[in-house]
Amino acid sequence: MSTAILPDTLRAGPDPMLPRLATVRRRRRDTSQVWTLDIEDSVVSNEPFVPGQFNMLGVFGVGEVPISLSGDPAVQDQLVHTIRAVGPVSKALVRLKPGEVLGLRGPFGTGWPVSDAVGRDVIVIAGGLGLAPLRPALYRLLAQRERYRSIQLLYGTRSPDDILFRRELLAWRRRHDIAVEITVDHAPADWTGHVGVVTTLVSRSSFDPAQAIAFVCGPEIMMRFAIAALGQAGLADEAIYLSMERNMQCAVGVCGHCQFGPSLVCRDGPVYRHDRVRSFLGVKEL
Amino acid sequence: MAEYITLAVDGLQALLDELKRREYRVLGPTIRDQAIVYDDIESLRDLPMGWTDEQSGGHYRLVARQDDAIFGYPVGPHSWKRFLHPPVLPLWQAESAGNSVRITTTQGPDQPFAFIGVRSCDLHAIAIQDRVLIGGQHVDPSYRDRRKGAFIVAVNCGEAGGTCFCASMNTGPKVEDGFDLALTEIVIDDQRLFLTEVGSPAGRDVLLQVPHRPATPDEIAAADGVTARTAASMGRVMRSDDVRELLLGNLDHPRWDEVAERCLTCGNCTMVCPTCFCTSVEDSSDLLSGKSGRTRHWASCFTLDFSYIHGGSVRGSARSRYRQWMTHKLASWVDQFGSSGCVGCGRCITWCPVGIDITEEVRAIREDRPAERTHHED
Ligand SMILES: Cc1cc2nc3c(=O)[nH]c(=O)nc-3n(C[C@H](O)[C@H](O)[C@H](O)COP(=O)(O)OP(=O)(O)OC[C@H]3O[C@@H](n4cnc5c(N)ncnc54)[C@H](O)[C@@H]3O)c2cc1C
Ligand code: SF4
Ligand code: SF4
Repeated sequence: MSTAILPDTLRAGPDPMLPRLATVRRRRRDTSQVWTLDIEDSVVSNEPFVPGQFNMLGVFGVGEVPISLSGDPAVQDQLVHTIRAVGPVSKALVRLKPGEVLGLRGPFGTGWPVSDAVGRDVIVIAGGLGLAPLRPALYRLLAQRERYRSIQLLYGTRSPDDILFRRELLAWRRRHDIAVEITVDHAPADWTGHVGVVTTLVSRSSFDPAQAIAFVCGPEIMMRFAIAALGQAGLADEAIYLSMERNMQCAVGVCGHCQFGPSLVCRDGPVYRHDRVRSFLGVKEL
Repeated sequence: MAEYITLAVDGLQALLDELKRREYRVLGPTIRDQAIVYDDIESLRDLPMGWTDEQSGGHYRLVARQDDAIFGYPVGPHSWKRFLHPPVLPLWQAESAGNSVRITTTQGPDQPFAFIGVRSCDLHAIAIQDRVLIGGQHVDPSYRDRRKGAFIVAVNCGEAGGTCFCASMNTGPKVEDGFDLALTEIVIDDQRLFLTEVGSPAGRDVLLQVPHRPATPDEIAAADGVTARTAASMGRVMRSDDVRELLLGNLDHPRWDEVAERCLTCGNCTMVCPTCFCTSVEDSSDLLSGKSGRTRHWASCFTLDFSYIHGGSVRGSARSRYRQWMTHKLASWVDQFGSSGCVGCGRCITWCPVGIDITEEVRAIREDRPAERTHHED
């Protein structure tokens, strides 16, 4: 093993840990715990983010956490993030009012391979907040709808009150070129839709397994079951993509927190092709 | 052709003086708190002349030597990462100004480092951290600035420690490259000398101001003998050629349960390891001034916080955390950064309060021994 130092590893470069500033422009409440923020980056990028990527959002003096981009990648002057207020940083984020400033780094990570879906049946499976990082992919798919065969969104939440982006989902439901199926774990008496876990929707949906591609995002356990159901329906592991969540401190591959087996989620993920992580997904506490 | 010169003991003092004159912050081995640590060095008197450190699993003790060797010890608890990748580092400060915020970064060190006595394992550890922290897509500027100007005086090990296994990891005991000067301590006709290999133009330049003479063939042969003897007396061995496949193929081996019963998850092994690089960040704010800031500090994969995501830690059990540490060092590091993360320095074995031995854990999995300590055959 050589210890020689390559001169180009000593190259200059921007400080990847230094946030830039962004300003909250709009805040709306999606559910009792979830808010969506539209923010304006102080540096407008000419390159759209890739659906599935995330930013590190920070509240000064409180902390910084990874949050997926949930808006339309075609809209470049505004970044949309959908945040569940669960702890110190996410609660501070959703308390920011229009005009207030936050710290922003990113975008980071791999995305949903939307261009690989051309000419195929597209199955999008979301559990809970997992719909947020999938929404940019849906925008991209619907923007050029004619390039794909069928598109179906299978979405599971705990209860009807937890349904995200409700108005948009209803609008999509009225279109005839996308199937939107929603299921809830616990239904009140007036719920007329599906009840049960999202995996049950997979067996009801119809697609050509040889032609299909699936994007899956939600709690790890839900993704494992959804992937198993897709496998049973005949979909190959190479046609299934999923998004992993791990603790992230730096998002640039140097803090070590987001290791998932041999990979780093911030660098090699969060979106993975299933066959590449299959052997690690089932290992407990990896 | 390697270029050799010979320094006498006063030549070594002259080298330290010259590095200081060139405004390096000279850091090297010294005795503090019953251990050989790295700290600022004023003169030869600060070096651990006549001392060595006896090491085995969970055991470290300073012992007086029979001679007055200056570098006659195996590595102690410190490694150079504490200077290149500091335990605590302020990243930036922010100050609100009306509806905006002004962010200022922290300045790097104002003096370049000169490291005295860098062993081959530690040289490889520095190269590994180079690959992690400045060799990828994103560059850690604080590491880069500290690393860039560092002057490295390496030392070939004259003796292997009880927990050393660099020969198994192909990382020593003889330094090969990546240094400015490399010394081998030899004694010829009762005279203590340092056969010195020149490794860089900067090394050659510094020597212009340091009294020395050309090396004799006898001195070169004596130095070769020193490293050959060290290589032959390693305290530990570990077969490393297939260890990546071995560990990744045994993520559910019962041995992880066995080691988890002994491991205290104290994280000592991660703190002393010269390649462990993980960090966490923390924000703080001062209510009165409205200023806030972010600080980075070393983190250990043995804590629950390390893998915390909303709802709980990914690695809740000691088993999963020991497995994470060891498979990262020896296996997934290769996938992530292109080399093993272990240089065989043995620190984690010496400083583990219960003497858990990474070489023994690998052997147990290789030999498919789940629970050697609790296993009874009668
Ligand atoms: C790639 C990725 C995308 C994500 N996208 C979204 C999203 O679109 N919307 C959303 O609401 N959530 C998302 N999350 C989860 C979100 O980052 C966590 O819920 C958030 O970090 C919680 O922090 P907290 O301080 O509010 O709460 P707590 O969960 O109580 O956390 C307490 C402390 O633990 C640490 N912590 C907890 N989880 C994480 C984490 N994942 N990374 C780093 N530190 C953590 C932080 O230091 C935090 O302050 C995503 C996570 C990842 C990895
Ligand atoms: S894992 Fe142990 S032996 Fe290997 S480099 Fe780290 S401290 Fe040294
Ligand atoms: S292996 Fe030893 S040093 Fe490392 S965490 Fe366990 S008890 Fe502590």
